[in-house]
Amino acid sequence: MSDSSLLALTLAEARDGLARKFFSAHELTLAYNEAVTEIEPLNAYITPTPEPALEMADAADQRLARGEALPLDGIPIAVKDLYCTKGVLTTAASHILDGFHPPYESTVTDRLWQSGAVMLGKTNLDEFAMGSSSTTSYYGPTENPWRRPDDNRPLVPGGSSGGSAAAVAARAALAATGTDTGGSIRQPASFCGIVGLKPTYGRCSRWGVVAYASSLDHPGPMTRTVRDAAILLRAMAGNDPRDSTSAPVPVPDFEAALTGDIRGVRVGIPKEYRADGMPSEIEGLWRQGAEWLRSAGAQPVEISLPMTKYALQAYYIIAPAEASSNLARYDGVRFGLRVEGNSLDEMYELTRAAGFGAEVCRRVMIGTYVLSAGYYDAYYLKAQRVRALIARDFAAAFESVDCLLTPTAPSAAFAIDENTEDPIAMYLNDLFTVPANLAGVPAISVPAGLSAGGLPLGLQITGRAFDEETVLRVAAVLESAAQFRHVPSFVAGGRA
Amino acid sequence: MIEGRSGPWETVIGLEVHAQVVSKAKLFSGAATDFGAEPNTQVSPVDAAFPGMLPVINRFCVEQAVKTGLGLDAEIKLESVFDRKNYFYPDLPPGYQISQYQQPVVGHGKVVLDMPDGTAREIGITRLHLEQDAGKSLHDQHPTQTYVDLNRAGVALMEIVSEPDLRSADEAAIYLRKLRSILRYLGTCDGNMEQGSLRCDCNVSVRRPGEPYGIRCEIKNLNSVRYVMQAIEFEARRQIDILEEGGTIEQQTRLFDAGRGITRPMRSKEEAHDYRYFPDPDLLPLMLDPEWVARLRAELPELPDAKKARFVSEHGLSPDDAAVLVADKETALFFERVAAGRDPKAAANWVTGDLFAVLNRRGVGIEQSPVSAEELGGLIDLIADGTISGRLAKEVFAEMVASGADPATIVEAKGLRQVTDSEAIEAVIDAVLAAQTDKVAEYRAGRDKLYGFFVGQIMRATQGKANPALVNDLLKKKLAG
Repeated sequence: MSDSSLLALTLAEARDGLARKFFSAHELTLAYNEAVTEIEPLNAYITPTPEPALEMADAADQRLARGEALPLDGIPIAVKDLYCTKGVLTTAASHILDGFHPPYESTVTDRLWQSGAVMLGKTNLDEFAMGSSSTTSYYGPTENPWRRPDDNRPLVPGGSSGGSAAAVAARAALAATGTDTGGSIRQPASFCGIVGLKPTYGRCSRWGVVAYASSLDHPGPMTRTVRDAAILLRAMAGNDPRDSTSAPVPVPDFEAALTGDIRGVRVGIPKEYRADGMPSEIEGLWRQGAEWLRSAGAQPVEISLPMTKYALQAYYIIAPAEASSNLARYDGVRFGLRVEGNSLDEMYELTRAAGFGAEVCRRVMIGTYVLSAGYYDAYYLKAQRVRALIARDFAAAFESVDCLLTPTAPSAAFAIDENTEDPIAMYLNDLFTVPANLAGVPAISVPAGLSAGGLPLGLQITGRAFDEETVLRVAAVLESAAQFRHVPSFVAGGRA
Repeated sequence: MIEGRSGPWETVIGLEVHAQVVSKAKLFSGAATDFGAEPNTQVSPVDAAFPGMLPVINRFCVEQAVKTGLGLDAEIKLESVFDRKNYFYPDLPPGYQISQYQQPVVGHGKVVLDMPDGTAREIGITRLHLEQDAGKSLHDQHPTQTYVDLNRAGVALMEIVSEPDLRSADEAAIYLRKLRSILRYLGTCDGNMEQGSLRCDCNVSVRRPGEPYGIRCEIKNLNSVRYVMQAIEFEARRQIDILEEGGTIEQQTRLFDAGRGITRPMRSKEEAHDYRYFPDPDLLPLMLDPEWVARLRAELPELPDAKKARFVSEHGLSPDDAAVLVADKETALFFERVAAGRDPKAAANWVTGDLFAVLNRRGVGIEQSPVSAEELGGLIDLIADGTISGRLAKEVFAEMVASGADPATIVEAKGLRQVTDSEAIEAVIDAVLAAQTDKVAEYRAGRDKLYGFFVGQIMRATQGKANPALVNDLLKKKLAG
């Protein structure tokens, strides 16, 4: 097979091709290593790891030859550079982690390697996963492989898992890991025309993933198809005694849930998601999605999630509050960057001023403020109460419906120099994705169509806690109805 | 009560005791907790707060805290929450201490003090919570830089907070000793103040009797009972002097300068940290199974108060003797082994008398006693069965301390066995009386005081081995003629 046809395979197809010895893991990884080099202009990877990738591929080939194949043997994937990888530079896209080589491997990536997957490298992101555009990285912005046909300005891939999304979309990774704190898997998936799944909180261990906001951080898969997401999630998921918030529940065979049969499934259409100023094309796509599901035998039902309108505000209090505490450990004392000063306080100040970018500083300051004496009750405590009410909204909705259908994001990808002046405008990107983080319920973004400007748009399916199976099953039906076959303007191996 | 120039003042004291939990592993990481290890050899990536590392609660430490709560007769909270206390310091790697702020694992309890006048006094416990210790900053390793040792970082502490029920430095000392005794009985803290296993913050204020509480100052990090007493005495006097001069007390955190015996300001209320407490999102609320708590309650060892009551009722000891014996768990165990199957009063007398004297002289605890409980028991047996007299027993005991030999061996080797053969004693008495005919005549004429002289002569002739009761008996008969 030619390189470009290898790169066009889905994860499921590559898995089957490897099993049937149509090609070797070595060949597949070689093609992807070259693809990683080819898409360098997108700045999707911070640290490619081509040599370890080939070693891992060769080990996979030996197992395949012995007939002892592991579930993901020889599958080349990219890792968001928020996951600690043993001995491999881990940056969180921050200057403050300069030279940090973790002496341990995150639980999720360890599970992936134990399943035979091959690590292509570490992908770019918003610094400490704080952002919706992948422009706040110390290593420079990542570009979306898509461009508007009539406008050659570089676009953002979304964020914060923008490097992972761009790499998967540009065929420089068969799949990738992401993390989703307020939409950081689903929004970039929507912007780049791929599938992004935020599982239930507690489904995938957070151990070894650099923390942004602990109660909202969700590791999850980013793939080209819903089936690939099901396959990757199964390998990533599972209880981890090292993460106290990891759920002691069994991991089902998610791929087996993709029966294509959604007859009788009740799909909630929350009316509050009709945001003011939402482009009509997104509303149109949403209606279209409901029609597709109805045609497949599901029952769309209008429902209400009245607390949704407070979700973004609650999120932008809780997430910075946790972040302000989680990021206190970056003090220049034990690892990463240190800028010497004449006193301890001066060393702290110089190190953190030099090490953190503007958005990180903004959130650390907001978080410090909302936790301060005299403000705690009015901000943090109230936000937690709102959060509880939002979770209650979802629980109530799931008494009458099996899942929800909404848009993933209120817009398509925007240009890298847009939305940079007003942080609030940037925060609005998370409008539809944040509620699922606050409630901890699973949600997936599926590419469903193109905007008038020729850019991908995603639809989101949200489900009950630990019911990723329904989410995936409905998403797969949506995916086949949408028949999204569009290819970005820039892909490794050339547009086939 | 302290007498000021303008009248009496009452000192009001509340103590916050930080007790290191006896546990092989730290509170949230598997790292070891041995005291005195090489710097930074007992540190996991969790303790060093490396990115992505997460805390996992150590079940055994929770068990120790619950046992302590039960030992303090306190309410065990079936749901408690770990919070983050945020501040920057190099020996606090994550930039926050995991502690329990609003929902501690143990609520209200009490400690009963045995006061010197024989009364009992109840001191309220406000709460007990679990928290992590910080590491240690070493300022003496380099002329301009500070080194950090993280061995202690993450070690489990119990913070035990008393109500402001204490009224003097002496009471504070009695409270601390009693609390330490309870912790040692429970095996939940070794109570070793020199190694820092038990540290104390004192909240001190003064007021006129009957008036509301005054403004308090907190004296941080006292690591001996003596320092606690000195600090309280100094601080109370300092506050009284200010108030009597017409001044007001500023709420402050103060440090005790052991060299000068004074307290000095560390930071004022305005400079107090804003710790920005919030529930640690990495940890779920701590939920305890009521059956598990009930099991711990059932397995609780006998504590000093109960033991003291039993020593009085069962062994017939005086409350004072019982109090002395139960203060230290090892002493109580030692006593019980000595008293097993023997006269408890004799056992108590030997332990609190001769044995304590030896231990005090040597400056050691009962664990290092030169005489074992079994050996001391053996000595008491020899007295009880008449083998040796009480007087000789003192001599045998001294020899036991000196040589470490057991009492029976010493008695045999030194020929100290008591003479209980009445014919042999009679023969000695006859000989003594025959040699002192004039004294015998004087005695019979009414000089009763000579009786003791005859006894002395007889004992000297038998090298003290004659059974005193027999001597008494026979001598009286002989003199009566």
